[in-house]
Amino acid sequence: MTTFVQLLFAGVALGAVYALIALGFTVVYRSSRVINFAQGELLAFGAFITSWLVLTANLPFWAAFVIGAVATALVGWAFQVFVLRFALGRPEFTIVMLTLGLATVLSSVLPTLFGNFPRSNGDVFGSSALHAGGFSFFWVQIWTIVAAIAVLLGYGAFSRFTKYGLAMRSAAIDPEAALAVGIPLRRVYATSWFIAGAVSCIGGVFLGGYPSSVSPTISDVALLAFPAIILGGLDSPSGAIVGGFVIGVVQELTQGYQPRYIPALGNDFYVIAPYVVMILVLLVKPYGLFGSKPAERL
Amino acid sequence: MTAVMSPGLRRFTKPATVVAILVVALLLPFMLSDYWLSTAAFVLIAAIGALGLEVLTGRTGQISLGHAFFLATGAYVAGWIGGNEHMSAAVWLPAAGIVAGVLGAVVGPFALRLRGLYLAIVTIGLVYIGQYLAATWTGFSEGAGGRSIPDVTFGSLNFTNGFSLGSLSINRNGCYYYLALIILVLAMLYVRNVTRSTLGRSMVAVRDRELAAAVLGVNVARTKVRAFVISSALAGISGALYGAFLSFVVPQEWGLVLSIQYVVMIVVGGMTSLWGPVLGSIFVIGLPALLQDVSSSIPFLSNGSNNGVIAPSDAANIVFGVVLVAFLILEPRGVVGIGHRIAGLARRRAAAQAAQAAQAPPPDTTTPTNPTSHEEVQATS
Repeated sequence: MTTFVQLLFAGVALGAVYALIALGFTVVYRSSRVINFAQGELLAFGAFITSWLVLTANLPFWAAFVIGAVATALVGWAFQVFVLRFALGRPEFTIVMLTLGLATVLSSVLPTLFGNFPRSNGDVFGSSALHAGGFSFFWVQIWTIVAAIAVLLGYGAFSRFTKYGLAMRSAAIDPEAALAVGIPLRRVYATSWFIAGAVSCIGGVFLGGYPSSVSPTISDVALLAFPAIILGGLDSPSGAIVGGFVIGVVQELTQGYQPRYIPALGNDFYVIAPYVVMILVLLVKPYGLFGSKPAERL
Repeated sequence: MTAVMSPGLRRFTKPATVVAILVVALLLPFMLSDYWLSTAAFVLIAAIGALGLEVLTGRTGQISLGHAFFLATGAYVAGWIGGNEHMSAAVWLPAAGIVAGVLGAVVGPFALRLRGLYLAIVTIGLVYIGQYLAATWTGFSEGAGGRSIPDVTFGSLNFTNGFSLGSLSINRNGCYYYLALIILVLAMLYVRNVTRSTLGRSMVAVRDRELAAAVLGVNVARTKVRAFVISSALAGISGALYGAFLSFVVPQEWGLVLSIQYVVMIVVGGMTSLWGPVLGSIFVIGLPALLQDVSSSIPFLSNGSNNGVIAPSDAANIVFGVVLVAFLILEPRGVVGIGHRIAGLARRRAAAQAAQAAQAPPPDTTTPTNPTSHEEVQATS
């Protein structure tokens, strides 16, 4: 039972990170129908910048975190403003490949700037843990969950109550109509990329917390958020969040139980378990659990 | 000016160009250093795989990031049949293509249900599952430590020792170069014939508008699955040759980065042209080799002896990314498109000059020739 609760908690913490990453994807996808394959590299960028600011520039962790989030947000913003803007209305293949181009560049810039080895994320939690009732919970995991919930609620409020939130929602429904009523589409897209950048940095820093670390391969984790957004459906933020938590829990439980009960699958099956779940779901529901099947006209 | 090429003349020059390229390709090994010969062999091997992706993504419009999976399949089939079962390349080379093709037929049906981005994401999943199998299925792949793949042998001809005929001797690199060249030429002929067949036209119809193609009676399901089979079979053969030439492969090699490199190849080369994959693989394979070669003379590149700012492979990756973005935005048709553009410009200039010369003696005011519409016709033809 203890193992189960611990695994479940770790799963929820991991799921919180996936939910953050998935939110980053859907923010961009909903407003501009772009899947950002560079999300993982943005996440790694944020984690590295924050780590560098704390460990090398000796800034306090929270200040570094804020600066890192803004810097990552600016990278996302700049990519929209200087590159993607010129591809408006191009086929989705072009846009996918543009984001892969950004991913390729960032994934080589990072090891060049920060070295190709794992480093601490520089957070203030370390390996300290909260011990209660025979369980122990790492503080970094507790804060991951708190931060994720705060960000998700914040985004929900932004989307629901602010002018830009409304603009983003209308751009998602019908870009042309939104443009016709005077919504500055480019600024809306740039805003969504800014938000996606900031959210990825938060995800990246928490992902690099104890017991893992910040390394260039951290960007692969964002690709594990794909199963989360697929489960939820690309155009549904709440679905993405549910998907994120489901994938996180599935992964931790697989890691905890599968090697003992189904050893034939190998020791690291948990790494690909989300993909297997994703493929099974897509076989049954090709547009995800909550996604809508687009109507097509000739 | 008589620079305007008649259609007949153009029909004549095209085979002439192809023959010239072939002659150069045949003579190339005798002009290159060993380093560049091995690079050239890698280029040709990769071009076979890129040609496969071109059929799937360029012609049929299915976005696949799973090409690495099929390349890996080919390499491990080669390793298993050649290494564990000690059979000749005459067995494992076709087998690699067939096994990868069958797997393509298994994956293909996913593309029937999934469109565009969803398919891209599922194929990413395929890459990770493939890497996991390569690391875990030890009986077949010998696990995470990697496995060796034997050299190509055909009967008494063993590529390890090279090949000599009288005074003409070809080393291991040269052997792989020629084998890859033969396979690439055959594959290009095959793909060219496919694109001119009913299947090829169905592929383009599915790419351009799936629903419209279905309404017009194209069997969308069969077309997509066939595109997947052709694409993955070519990838399998390419992967088998690649593995044999490298002689040792590790699971990490078959990651998403490899898939992306193949996509870069077809984007940079040109997605709907037979020559695109070749030009693209020259760029993608040639550039890191070039940077490695000159790393000692360029200060900011690091090599064995000095500690530069950036590793040549990282520098190459950055260039790939930037070039990918630049091509997508400025010239989506790739290098081949630039060629068309230059040719079109030259043709238009020649046509304009010809029109001017014809117009010059008596300026005919009653029927003014419209040079713009004339150019447009030229450009679209």
